[in-house]
Amino acid sequence: MKTFIGVLTVVAVLLGVSMPVNAQSKLNVIATTEDLASIASEVGGDHIVIDSIAKGYQDPHFVEAKPSFFLKLQKADILILVGRELEIGWLPILINQSRNKNIQVGADGYLDASLQAQILDVPTGQVTRAEGDVHPLGNPHYWMDPENGKIIAKEIFDRLVKLRPNDRAYFEPRLNDFVSRVNAAEKRWLAAMAPYKGTKVVSFHRSFSNFAERFGLNIVGYVEPKPGIPPTPQHTLDLINQMKKDNVKIVMVEPYFDVKTPNAIGRDTGAEVLIMPPSVGGTKDVPDYIKLFDNDINMLVTAIRKTTGK
Amino acid sequence: MRTQLPVMAFFVLFSLSPSLFAQAAAPQAADLNAIRTQIETLRADYDKKLQDLQKQLDDVQAQLNRAPAPAEAAAAPSTAVSGGSVSSAKVFNPDISVIGDFLGAAGSNKVNPGPTMEMHESEVAFQATVDPYAKADFFISFGEEGVNLEEGYLTFPAIPGGLLVKVGKMRAAFGKVNTLHNHVLPWTDRPLVTGNLLGGEDGIDDTGFSVARLISNPFLFLEATAQAFRGDSGDNLFKSSSRGDLTYVGHLRGYKDITDDTNLDLGFSISRGHNASGIVNDVDIGRFTTRLYGGDATIRWKPLKRSIYHSFVGRSEFIWSKRAQPGGEQNAKGYFASGDFQFARRWYTGVRYDRTGRADDALRIDRGQSVTLSYFPSEFSQIRAQYRRTNYADGPTANELLFQFQFSIGAHGAHPF
Repeated sequence: MKTFIGVLTVVAVLLGVSMPVNAQSKLNVIATTEDLASIASEVGGDHIVIDSIAKGYQDPHFVEAKPSFFLKLQKADILILVGRELEIGWLPILINQSRNKNIQVGADGYLDASLQAQILDVPTGQVTRAEGDVHPLGNPHYWMDPENGKIIAKEIFDRLVKLRPNDRAYFEPRLNDFVSRVNAAEKRWLAAMAPYKGTKVVSFHRSFSNFAERFGLNIVGYVEPKPGIPPTPQHTLDLINQMKKDNVKIVMVEPYFDVKTPNAIGRDTGAEVLIMPPSVGGTKDVPDYIKLFDNDINMLVTAIRKTTGK
Repeated sequence: MRTQLPVMAFFVLFSLSPSLFAQAAAPQAADLNAIRTQIETLRADYDKKLQDLQKQLDDVQAQLNRAPAPAEAAAAPSTAVSGGSVSSAKVFNPDISVIGDFLGAAGSNKVNPGPTMEMHESEVAFQATVDPYAKADFFISFGEEGVNLEEGYLTFPAIPGGLLVKVGKMRAAFGKVNTLHNHVLPWTDRPLVTGNLLGGEDGIDDTGFSVARLISNPFLFLEATAQAFRGDSGDNLFKSSSRGDLTYVGHLRGYKDITDDTNLDLGFSISRGHNASGIVNDVDIGRFTTRLYGGDATIRWKPLKRSIYHSFVGRSEFIWSKRAQPGGEQNAKGYFASGDFQFARRWYTGVRYDRTGRADDALRIDRGQSVTLSYFPSEFSQIRAQYRRTNYADGPTANELLFQFQFSIGAHGAHPF
């Protein structure tokens, strides 16, 4: 009996050691992408420790579920994900292997950032994979609209406050400050794009739907014949003809795609090929969420002026 | 709604007409005025009713136009990464997927011939969260004839102390290839060493418990796994004759990111269980055991910025089998080494070398060489050709061309690493 109590004590001590020592220590926040990490750090400041999984310059659909990510998630208080099945190929494994009850689906630390955002391209009617790698819950690249950026920030704020109610007075001004900076910047971006409303463009993947909707671009085609399907000669030919007919002079390419086909299209149509990051960290010019739009709007305006002479 | 308008109009006119005819018999100014007022009131009333109806119609029309919006809202709660159904009636159904594996073979193999064409496996997977504490996975494998529960287990992902506990039937954590399902292998077959020393295609796949724990340290990812199984695995590997004949598996895995693009995965495995060599007429008169020791190494390279176009995986596994049997202990060793290179977004090519003794006869060495070419039309299908040359210890060398179609429908599964 004595040894039994002894064993119990040892087990209790061992378990106790692995519990968080100080409940009011900094919140450990892991975001699946650098975009979400950037917004979270705007709100959380130095009261959180933020880290992210996918790099901005890698295709967020195809991230490997590396064991080193298990370790990151193991100690997380909050996991912020893009949702809409963007991470379906890798995040379930990471969550499962994290051994962390805080971030299991439905737990307080599990934050799907898409729930309040404006989601485009939600398929209606029959959805089949004959359409390629379709996202049945809508286009997951919704952070590319600053209006959604503010919504994401508010959701992160709500969750931080839920877990650290005493820190509300710290997080709230930070949220307000971020929102007002985005508002001011958005006015600037909209003004810069206003003269070019309705400009027809082509993109590689459907990463820019929300961006185009907000800033008045008209995406008339994609280099991919269907989402997730690499370019085919016939589709490329059709796209070139369509671009010539519609006088399309801009091709937007995410940094992780091969530029061979876009460059060929550019040569044939005289269009500018823009390596345009759809994510924070996509290129060295976009270290945070506001600079992401600064950079992309600037690239577009420069290219439109160059190709149209306006 | 529209049909109500004429009906209403009819009622209004009908209710007007009797009073009109009644009053016409005695035309007096006051009465006329009263009638006029009455008519005005009725007309106003009627106009208002019409306006209301029109407004209702407009509202309904507007609601119809907005229909997609409620659909989006309805979809929102089901965005959990473990599931994707949108109908609330189905929301608790498990994620279901079916993976088909068609195998064909040409050429000659006198020792271990496979059929010319076969629907080698149709694997049905059901996966869902059970409750706040557990998750369940079932993988049911249908051959052309017969069904086999390949895996079916409950996982407790968040037990205190950083433990990951599994209960059920599962592929044991012995090495790397043993844990992998057919559809994620880079070959159409399994290495010779799996067949000779791990009891066949399914390897160590048994019913029991598994406990895995991360060992915290500042240098690398380190995970220790301990498993206990009933003791029946493979065609001829482990066979339990009594309740105490459990099979044990231990595995230690070390993983390290060398750079963002390159990483190294190392593992050591041990296993022990009773074998079938002493069983005569269903009675185990020998009580012989088999001990297995294994080492595995995987190096991966995937440049993140071009991760969808290029990658390389080099693997090797070594297994040492110490099998006690009536003629004395057999010390058989075997290994394979392979490399797979992705040279375009949808194209992979690879080579594999096999060399292994046999569990019950260590002196018989089988060797094999393979070259593969795989094409992935999409994430959900793959077509593979494999040229395989096998030098058997006890038969003519086999030269075969194997081809394979694999395809997946249903829920989007996660990709194991």
